Amino acid sequence: MSGLDARLVVRRGAFDLDLELAAAPGEVVALLGPNGAGKSTALRALAGLVPTAGGHVRVDGAELRPLPPERRGIGMVFQDYLLFPHLSALDNVAFGPRCQGRRKGEARRAAAAWLDRVGLADRASDRPRALSGGQAQRVALARALAVEPRLLLLDEPLAALDAHTRLEVRAALRRHLAGFGGAAVLVTHDPLDAMVLADRIVVVEDGRLVQQGAPAEIARRPRTDYVARLVGLNLYRGRAAGRSVTVADGTGDGHVLDTLDSLEGEVFLAFSPAAVALHRSRPDGSPRNVWQATVSAVERHGDRVRVTVSGPPLDAAADVTAGAVAELQLAEGARVWVAVKAAETHVYPA
Amino acid sequence: MIRRPPAVLLLPALVGLAFLVLPLGGLLARAPWSTLGTRLAEPQVLEALRLSLVTATLATALCLLFGVPLAWLLARVPFPGARLLRALVTVPLVLPPVVGGVALLLALGRRGLVGQWLDAWFGLTLPFTTAGVVLAETFVAMPFLVISVEGALRGADQRFEEAAATLGASRWTVFRRVTLPLVAPGVAAGAVLCWARALGEFGATITFAGNFPGRTQTMPLAVYLALETDPQAAIVLSLVLLAVSVLVLAALRDRWIGAG
Repeated sequence: MSGLDARLVVRRGAFDLDLELAAAPGEVVALLGPNGAGKSTALRALAGLVPTAGGHVRVDGAELRPLPPERRGIGMVFQDYLLFPHLSALDNVAFGPRCQGRRKGEARRAAAAWLDRVGLADRASDRPRALSGGQAQRVALARALAVEPRLLLLDEPLAALDAHTRLEVRAALRRHLAGFGGAAVLVTHDPLDAMVLADRIVVVEDGRLVQQGAPAEIARRPRTDYVARLVGLNLYRGRAAGRSVTVADGTGDGHVLDTLDSLEGEVFLAFSPAAVALHRSRPDGSPRNVWQATVSAVERHGDRVRVTVSGPPLDAAADVTAGAVAELQLAEGARVWVAVKAAETHVYPA
Repeated sequence: MIRRPPAVLLLPALVGLAFLVLPLGGLLARAPWSTLGTRLAEPQVLEALRLSLVTATLATALCLLFGVPLAWLLARVPFPGARLLRALVTVPLVLPPVVGGVALLLALGRRGLVGQWLDAWFGLTLPFTTAGVVLAETFVAMPFLVISVEGALRGADQRFEEAAATLGASRWTVFRRVTLPLVAPGVAAGAVLCWARALGEFGATITFAGNFPGRTQTMPLAVYLALETDPQAAIVLSLVLLAVSVLVLAALRDRWIGAG
């Protein structure tokens, strides 16, 4: 099998990682997860920087697990780039080719070509400290690609950048990843980076894979509270019987929500906060799910206001206009009616 | 408003300062400035100075050659007994140098533990030779280098070494092209301390290498000897030693040790 095929088992004290990971040549896989989930550890295990307790790391069919990092032929871009401060940008990029036994002149020519590709030909003689964050990121990428790896690893490649630079660098990184023929694994805690850069997202929580799929699939059908929060959806787990889903409400009976999707058995039910309407008195009219809850938080969220309501029976996030907040006098502790149209809900098998 | 420092701290500080500076002032005040030129040109003085500079530099080179790898071992390779080894390395730091000289004699002397074989197999005799001076100085000065370099290695960000490894660098290449350049200031500081310590070495040198003009009589030995026969010469020699030390420290301090 070509590309990456790995099972990473790492045990370190109470922390325990067991993750299967595959990436086809040309595919970009993002490991997405909260801090401490084990994403970076997984990446370091792939690179050979963390000893594994079991599993395998195969790249293009070759078993790399017994090999030390320097013999794995894997390119890695580190979170804060780790450009060698005593070497120029050019010599940083030439470092890998030199280690592969190429002559100095040849290695430098190759490095110059890589710097040119990332658009930094004019900064070749600069030391890393003279480079901006975005430039350092591109040099780090060129340095990792210069060893012509079959697997490219990127550890939070955009985390060290300010918001504006991030946008530019993300677009450039996307271009370079598209031009890279090998498998690529990217670690991030930013769902946007994952959505833009990856062909497939693997969500990791507590050292385990909890969900994977194409970015659009992850965004539409979250399977854990963490993913639901990341993609900004209200998520409930329940039991479907036709067009009703019974969701646990903390009392035991369960709260029944109506949907248009007809399913049977264990399901997830999701809807957007924008689909939630809040009322002071019980609304009536078109078929909708209605329940009464207490406002627990009100905060600005872009040009809308994010209102969090707590049950029982159900918690939910609602995005409303500032006008609605004033009109409904939505302060913490206020009792409101929550309404969600059946057509706005989305149900999929658990 | 500038607050006056409390007298309880200021007074001892000034006494300490005076105590450190006063002897140097004495040296300058009593120097025979009128005959300084002719005395400095005396062959014994020049010979002792040359020998001191050469042996101290050679000793520093030996310290670098063996001390840097030793520091790397202590800082980077976990092994059982590392704490004990670290303690052993620092023993020459606290050992009276004369005792160091005696110990060197017992190990490398003609009838010493290793010395007898050097003598029998290679006809190599170390005590009472210029090589013996270099060894005595190396023994006393090496801990300064090891401690300084080990500290620098521990302070250096090891993730640079990981980055180098992912680029295909062997451990030796990582050491040569990444680790060493990163800790260069620490190595330089250690080498300067090491050189200064070697230049001033007296006890171990006179015990292990003796006091033969032109061969083992370094500046400190010459100063001590002159003090008994010709105090004026001792002052001149001391001045030279002081000047050399201050010059070297001043030249290197700003560049490598940083504004402390």
